[in-house]
Amino acid sequence: MASNSGTKSGLTWAVNISVVVLVALWLFPTVGLFVSSFRTADQISASGWWGALFPAEQNLVLRTSDPDDTRVEENGRFVVSGRVFEEGMDVDISAWGVSSRAIDDYQPGDTADMGDGETLTLAPDGTYVWSGNDDQISGRGQRIFVTATTPPELTTDNYTTILFSGSGQDNLAKAFFNTLTVTIPATVIPILIAAFAAYALAWMEFPGRALLIAAIVALLVVPLQLALIPLLRFHEWIGIGKGYLGVWLAHTGFGLPLAIYLLRNYMVGLPRDIIENARVDGATDFQIFVKIILPLSFPALASFAIFQFLWTYNDLLVARVFLIDATGQTTVMTAQIVELLGTRGGNWEILATAAFVSIAVPLAVFFAMQKYLVRGLLAGSVK
Amino acid sequence: MEAALLGLVTIAIGVGGCVGYFYFSNVILDKFIYPAEGPNAGHNINRANQIRPWLFLFPAIAALGLYLAYPVFETLRLSFIDRDAGNAFVGFANYQQMMSEPKFWEAMRNNMLWLIVVPAAATAFGLLAAQLTDRISWGSVAKSLIFMPMAISFVGASVIFKLVYDARGADQNQIGVLNAVWMQFEGGAGSFLFLKILPAIVLLGFAGIVGYVAYLLLRPLMRGAGGGAIFSALRVLGAAGAAYLVVVSLRTVISVFSADLAYGEPQQWLTLPYYNNFFLMVVLIWIQTGFAMVILSAALRGIPEETIEAAVIDGANPFQIFFRIKIPQIMPTIVVVWTTITLTVLKVFDIVFAMTNGQWETQVLANYMFDKLFRANDWGVASASAMVIMLLVTPILVWNVYNARKEMR
Repeated sequence: MASNSGTKSGLTWAVNISVVVLVALWLFPTVGLFVSSFRTADQISASGWWGALFPAEQNLVLRTSDPDDTRVEENGRFVVSGRVFEEGMDVDISAWGVSSRAIDDYQPGDTADMGDGETLTLAPDGTYVWSGNDDQISGRGQRIFVTATTPPELTTDNYTTILFSGSGQDNLAKAFFNTLTVTIPATVIPILIAAFAAYALAWMEFPGRALLIAAIVALLVVPLQLALIPLLRFHEWIGIGKGYLGVWLAHTGFGLPLAIYLLRNYMVGLPRDIIENARVDGATDFQIFVKIILPLSFPALASFAIFQFLWTYNDLLVARVFLIDATGQTTVMTAQIVELLGTRGGNWEILATAAFVSIAVPLAVFFAMQKYLVRGLLAGSVK
Repeated sequence: MEAALLGLVTIAIGVGGCVGYFYFSNVILDKFIYPAEGPNAGHNINRANQIRPWLFLFPAIAALGLYLAYPVFETLRLSFIDRDAGNAFVGFANYQQMMSEPKFWEAMRNNMLWLIVVPAAATAFGLLAAQLTDRISWGSVAKSLIFMPMAISFVGASVIFKLVYDARGADQNQIGVLNAVWMQFEGGAGSFLFLKILPAIVLLGFAGIVGYVAYLLLRPLMRGAGGGAIFSALRVLGAAGAAYLVVVSLRTVISVFSADLAYGEPQQWLTLPYYNNFFLMVVLIWIQTGFAMVILSAALRGIPEETIEAAVIDGANPFQIFFRIKIPQIMPTIVVVWTTITLTVLKVFDIVFAMTNGQWETQVLANYMFDKLFRANDWGVASASAMVIMLLVTPILVWNVYNARKEMR
């Protein structure tokens, strides 16, 4: 592009750095959620997720072991000793204290004088010696406030809670199956209906064809909001009320314009010779469709299937309106996460994990089938 | 589990029913109604072939008619009816009631803001990303990472950004990225550079681009060639809107410099009236940029090499090539991307519903409609607000149909 190579490599560098920045900006929010889902509630509220990968300084409240069980008598004094951290934890203590008002009174290795001869010594490695008279060394263990740098620690406990052991709203397993129950039929059924219609619009001659195509282009942009009230009334009227059947039908109806549009545009581009040769050889339209058009249209079918899958899986509005009734038995993941946002707004370990469980499947589909998604987007945007 | 079983049965019935319908209706048509044999064989085959398209189309037409076309007219009818008064025709009473509500006007104002900011920002970022990633070796990886939010649900994205916007007390560690960054500013030179100068440059750049668009719109009129009264009127209207935007952005530049920022205090970003709208828009921009990038990148690659080579030989620099050669050639695609994102914006519901539910002056039309439908249980006003959304969509609908028909000829 540019005349001398110096500015050219400078430009290349600038482009590379800009793209790195752009990608980082776009990735950062998702990574934050992902990292947070592997942290405990304490870790999340103690520091930002970007610190999760490095050792972090934390204020910990720890307790010595129970004196009634573990104290030992030595020369008329009672002593409790042990280590405040679990085995194998590599912790660097910077300061500690014995009262919540002065949590950094002492350095590691110091001995705290707690009055009347009661003392506590905390060594840098976390071992302690707590001694005093019978009265002082009793009841519950002594609290120790430690400011320490702890190594990063990630856990999959949140996922266990969300998927298996959680109760009520915290368990997403049922909603996960509900979402799949909505999604799969709502993806498969419109494809078939649309494929036949698209073939008719692409390769059959009949009066009113152009008008129908124009109508489908028009319906492509009709907002969903228009359909809510009339269809709610219609579903009440035919007696299916709120439920899976209603939501499948609704998704089928709403997905059809895009499906027909995409598939027709693709089928029109198929070579005319093949179809006419088949006609000459005596194949019926039905045979041509099933044996020739459908296999050749696989890329377009896959494109639409991904669109419809992502759209029905990620949908909140249609499920809220046509599926979820007062019992809440048929709630889907998106709806449950919105409820969690309301009731557990501060519990990021639950929220982050729930959100990540819900976006994991679409992300997997996205990365596996990205080629078809891009192809569909290019064909589907009205030119 | 029962539901899963029901789902499987439905797939079987649905798929089996569809295949069965198409197969047997064809068989019946060919074998019984107009058999391709006997004295009228030729005539019968023709008749059968006239009917067959409608057999193929029937399920699609029925579903589209019932689930999309009929509701448009039914919603229109419902917007003139009061359900509580025994479905009586009440004329424009629902619309009047809606217009008298401040929440509706708030939703309208916010929707207009969304309509300007989101398509513009997503298209601009998408164009930038497309142009940059096409020039580097790891461009396809970068592209798929920027494209990734497309797969994330609006609800998931809302959770992601709620974490970004999270606020803790000033004495605690901030766990939201935005507040963590915000707390780094304390009013010094760096703060002045990033929070005053940089936004001012962005706003001035925006004003400059909009002003240029207004100039482009008016230029043919000054030469006396407008191309019909309607198009002239549209051009003047567009230019007036652009001029208004220029004035607004210039006034914002002044307020950026005069504003007294609360340094050192963590902000509840989603409860700051007016500005919180922009924090919600960021979510949609984040999602839609990938879409814009993919389409624009394909358009950029479709530009004939010769035009660029000719420009290089004439001594154009990369910026001139981009703005003078490439942009004009992909203008139709930019319009497509813009209108597609506009449609998404008009329907935006999940993000507002999940993040603020229209509180703190963030209401938008789609959420207003949902609110009227399920919380106030007022179907008349809900229908009326749905019709407002339809009205806003109509120009794009007409434009799309017009283009599709032009292309088919």
